Amino acid sequence: MITIVLLGKLADLGGASTLTLAAPLDWEGLKAALPPAMAEALDDPRNRVALNGALLADKAELRANASDEIALLPPVSGG
Amino acid sequence: MRDIRLLTQMFIPGTLIGPFTQANPGLGGVCTFVGEVRHDAKEHGGVEALELSHYEPLTLPGMHELADRAFDRFTLMGLLMVHRIGVLRPGEPIVCVSAAALHRRDAIDAVDFCMDHLKSAAWFWKREKRADGWHWIEPRADDTRDLARWQS
Repeated sequence: MITIVLLGKLADLGGASTLTLAAPLDWEGLKAALPPAMAEALDDPRNRVALNGALLADKAELRANASDEIALLPPVSGG
Repeated sequence: MRDIRLLTQMFIPGTLIGPFTQANPGLGGVCTFVGEVRHDAKEHGGVEALELSHYEPLTLPGMHELADRAFDRFTLMGLLMVHRIGVLRPGEPIVCVSAAALHRRDAIDAVDFCMDHLKSAAWFWKREKRADGWHWIEPRADDTRDLARWQS
C-alpha cells in the first residue's frame, strides 16, 4: 500500500488527512484513484507533491511503490 | 549556538531568549522577534483559535536550511528559531527568532530575513476558527513582496 498525506485545504477536499492506495502509482494513476475535484486540484501548478519527503520538480515523474509516502502540498499560508 | 525547533505546547519566549543569550558569550548584540496570534476585531469575525499544521519530513528540515542560509548570508554567532504547531489561542506566541552577532546589523537583518522566509516559504498551513467555523489562510501578495526583498 501507498500512504497519501493530504495537507492544508487538500485534506478537506480529500475528506481525510491520510489515505491509503494500492501500489504502484504513477501521476495519472494517483489522480484516477482520487475524487475528480481532488484530481483537478492536483493539476494546479501551485500544489506540490513530495515522495518520501522529497519534493518532486515534475509531478508527472511520480513513481510510487509499496510502502512509499506521497504528500500533497497546497501553497503554504502567509502571515 | 544554533537552536531550531518546532514546539507543540505553549512557550514563554523569555525562557528561550535568556539561555540563548548566555550561550553566546562575547556577543555585541541580540535581536529578537516574537510573533503572537492576533486578536482580530469582532467586526472581522474575531479569531477564536489558529491551527498550524506541518509536514514532518519537510518542515523542520526546511527551517534548518533557512538557518544555514542565514549563517551564510550574515555574520552570526548564534541563531534561535522556534515555531509553534498545533492549536493556538489569540495572544499566544507562535514564533520566536533571535540572532546573536558581534554587530547589530547582522543580528537585525538575520531576524528580518528568517521571519520573511518563515512567513512565506516555510511548510506551514494555517487555518483560523471564527464564529462561523474554520477558514484556511491563503498566501498573500505581501508575502511574495517580503521575499523579493532578499533576492538581490
